[in-house]
Amino acid sequence: MPWAAAITDLEQLKAHPAIARLLAWDPAAVAGAKFDRDELSVYIERSAIREACVLLRDNPDCPFNFLSDVTCVDWFPSEPRFEVIYHLLSIPKKERVRLKVRLESGNLAIDSVTPVWPAANYFEREVFDLFGIRFNGHPYLRRLLMPEDWEGHPLRRDYPVEGYR
Amino acid sequence: MILNMGPQHPSTHGVLRLLLEIDGENVVRIMPDIGFLHTGIEKTCEAKFYHQVVPLTDRIDYLCPMTNNLCYALAVEKLLGLEIPPRAQWLRVLMNEFTRINSHLVWLGTHALDLGAMTVFLYCFREREDVLRLFEAISGQRMMTSYFRIGGVALEPPLGFFDKARDFARRFPACVDEYENLLTSNPIWGMRTKGVAQLSAEDAIALGASGPTLRGSGVDFDLRRDMPYSGYENFKFNVPVAQEGDVFARYMCRVRELRESIAIVQQALDGMPEGPIKADAPKVVLPDREKMKTQMEALIYHFKIITEGFTVPEGEVYQAVESPRGEMGYYVVSDGTAKPYRVHMRAACLANLQALPKMCEGRLIADVVAAIGSIDIVLGEIDR
Repeated sequence: MPWAAAITDLEQLKAHPAIARLLAWDPAAVAGAKFDRDELSVYIERSAIREACVLLRDNPDCPFNFLSDVTCVDWFPSEPRFEVIYHLLSIPKKERVRLKVRLESGNLAIDSVTPVWPAANYFEREVFDLFGIRFNGHPYLRRLLMPEDWEGHPLRRDYPVEGYR
Repeated sequence: MILNMGPQHPSTHGVLRLLLEIDGENVVRIMPDIGFLHTGIEKTCEAKFYHQVVPLTDRIDYLCPMTNNLCYALAVEKLLGLEIPPRAQWLRVLMNEFTRINSHLVWLGTHALDLGAMTVFLYCFREREDVLRLFEAISGQRMMTSYFRIGGVALEPPLGFFDKARDFARRFPACVDEYENLLTSNPIWGMRTKGVAQLSAEDAIALGASGPTLRGSGVDFDLRRDMPYSGYENFKFNVPVAQEGDVFARYMCRVRELRESIAIVQQALDGMPEGPIKADAPKVVLPDREKMKTQMEALIYHFKIITEGFTVPEGEVYQAVESPRGEMGYYVVSDGTAKPYRVHMRAACLANLQALPKMCEGRLIADVVAAIGSIDIVLGEIDR
């Protein structure tokens, strides 16, 4: 059963509660959307991520109250190089949505969502550790998995699988 | 005073290091330090073909290998748009619930041992051995099973497997009674667990706790029931929830889950459909051994899958399953080649561990041991 083609037209997707809420707040914050394989991804502007998360968490129609995961994908060598990815879950409505923020390699900083969900603490530290992305306003932004004095960020695509020898 | 607990400490269930700031016997602050078991599995995945990643997923969580196999297989199958035949789905549910029983038995045994109840440990490992024998019968391995493959399961169960499984399912509820007799109404167990390390529902959600840690705080949410995958919608089971949010509540949730799991096992055994165990996708699924020896085409497919893998259409997928510890999620990104561009594992324990300081701060050091046991951490999954 092959999947239907992905929908990337924002007009067709604006009925979804998450997109509707974000567009009602600030259409400029939404940089695009994609509905593919039954999963919705919303691209958010870098500066709007924390407020977008607060809005989605407190959205009365469909509260995305649970932060499942924060991670990152490195699209080296293309630009914008990094995508920070947030997986949100609505426990009452049993819905998921994925938020994505694109980051240029010149400015690897983004607002932390730890004030919105304390759960983001370890997830963001992991992304900082393995990708080298800074989270502004994070309470304790230090390496999580690698040793404190490690050089480089192992999950970047230009970092060799065997490490530097 | 700062007290260092771990990484080599019997009650930390692995190599967890806790820095405890204490005032006499009272814990003022807890700082978990993790990463001792970091093996870079996510990085390794990027250098392997899709089918070569399956054995890596076993090694993330050595107590529930099949749950991780399942989650990864489901994610890649979703990327490919593969349809899995009913028998394979039911076998997956069956083995997944055995995995849950296996994992919960280790949890119960070690948790009780931490709190001074030695007998329970021996009883739990007795039944766990039976489950591991079933694993060995079906997959050839006791722990690192790699039994679920992309597109189905590896092998047809051997002769007599279902009889052994039925026998175990018949015996097991009495064994759970036995554990409960030793613990549930035991006053010492009650004193060590009731009212200890409480976590409110709001805190549990905000801290990203999932699984029994979330349900023990009164949040009625189970991915198997609420966002079903792999045919779970065909099974009837209850989701145990407890309101108190303490160690005892999480204990009760898991013990009741043992009984629900065995009920699912019974249903899976009774209704096991006949039919193929692999999807009809010759370019993805390895051909039958017999066909490979007699048909040229099957041999070519086999050779091509092994040597150059199979390509997966571009896209990304987040697939979550209810592991014994909570929401286990795989985020798989494909760039259209034969190797995954990115595989990320959302570890339930990593999020659950964040709830530990909230549970223990302001309480006694002895309660920290009880709390660690009650969130059922596996360091392999936390550190990956």
